[in-house]
Amino acid sequence: MMSILWPLITIALALGIMLTSASALVWLERRMLALWQDRYGPNRVGPFGLLQVIADTLKMFFKEDWIPPFADKTVFFIAPMVIMTTALLSVAVVPFAPGFSVVDLNIGLLFFLAMSSMGVYSVALAGWASNNKYSLLGGLRASAQMISYEVFMGLSLMGVVMLAGSFNLRDIVEAQEHLWFCVPQFIGLVIFCIAGLAETHRIPFDLPEAESELVAGFHSEYSGMKFGMFFVGEYLGITLISAMIVTLFFGGWYGPILPPIIWFFLKVFVFQCGFILLRATLPRLRYDQLMSFGWKYMLPLSLINILITGAIILAKR
Amino acid sequence: MNAIFYITAAVAVVSTGLAITRANAIHSLLWLVTSLLAVSVIFFVLGAPFVAALEVIIYAGAIMVLFVFVIMMLNLGPDAAEQEREWLSARAWTGPGILALILLAEMVYILKGNVSTLEGARMISPKELSLALYGPYILVVELASLLLLAGLVGAYHLGRRDPASAKELKS
Repeated sequence: MMSILWPLITIALALGIMLTSASALVWLERRMLALWQDRYGPNRVGPFGLLQVIADTLKMFFKEDWIPPFADKTVFFIAPMVIMTTALLSVAVVPFAPGFSVVDLNIGLLFFLAMSSMGVYSVALAGWASNNKYSLLGGLRASAQMISYEVFMGLSLMGVVMLAGSFNLRDIVEAQEHLWFCVPQFIGLVIFCIAGLAETHRIPFDLPEAESELVAGFHSEYSGMKFGMFFVGEYLGITLISAMIVTLFFGGWYGPILPPIIWFFLKVFVFQCGFILLRATLPRLRYDQLMSFGWKYMLPLSLINILITGAIILAKR
Repeated sequence: MNAIFYITAAVAVVSTGLAITRANAIHSLLWLVTSLLAVSVIFFVLGAPFVAALEVIIYAGAIMVLFVFVIMMLNLGPDAAEQEREWLSARAWTGPGILALILLAEMVYILKGNVSTLEGARMISPKELSLALYGPYILVVELASLLLLAGLVGAYHLGRRDPASAKELKS
């Protein structure tokens, strides 16, 4: 009985934690941005405005769910599901604490990369199915940006894999018991953070939804809960990337005194706030700058990182 | 576990069939992606998780996205779907269909264990193949990869902005 029940409980807990933290992140972002811009932000609904998210969700549920008559209905319907599914599936391999993860997959890291590459379909198809020029441009930008930055994302993680000698995320965390990988793999960390920003298309890489030129990019035509799924999908992406940064570079659940799971969430929280601070700080790039920065600097840098890491590992042997 | 294999195999076959017969290019690509994902599950069940992951990352995640990308840029409307429907007439697919059926019959015959290799030939394992490719035939492999480089240089040349017209744009 327990053997069936326990995995179900873990899945429910992991999903619950991710969805709650993603929606709490919406509130956190609005409050933090307000704080840094010298205003209050949402502070009316519930204590500190905490219930604002619930109010927004209710509002989105009751909005008219409109599918444009010129859209490709099936694909239009599938696109927002893809982003949620891929983001939530990636959570399966995240090791929250020793003995607490949904699956202990040997190819965990590759699974994460595979799911993030499947996420591209969501934006590309949403842009195409809307049959609207702004959406199409947003979709094109998003897919080009995401497949380019995926390359460096994968390459930047190879240094970690070489040091840990495994694709299993649990093994990677355990290999960091004495020294977090953010020290020997500092270049990898920087590249991964930038690539993660581009993957979740957040400012300064939010060209796919640049409102001053593209209305709202690939989700211009979406309304109601379908828009809500893109919205929550973005915050799920931030939570996921923060969790991966913590797992791969900052020793996962390791830390003194406090229990492991608290350490994990504390570290994730720090990176989530970092993402928000970046949004408050940086301006949006131009699209050709984004692409040439990726291919001219990030790609060579990540290759050099792999080369140096490999050379050091070989020399130490 | 056998049931999973057969269900996935059925999904792969059905989605591949739909990928061939759909008139709308994006829809057939989506069926093809489904088929690739099914193949990846088959690899996983067969005990090759690494290949399964690479299948999703490279084929379903990167190459197919490029296809979607190109078709998005072409902006094929309902006219293109109509044209596609006309092309897919019985006359067009009977010939290839019969040839494919012959191959299918041959495959079933071989899989039943009647023939393994031609006389005088022997089975070659993946390891032997890789050793041969990267040993004595390394030069041929490198030459083949130069073809890719030629494609890359060609694409760069086509996409490069003409210096004269760039100057005009600036002024």
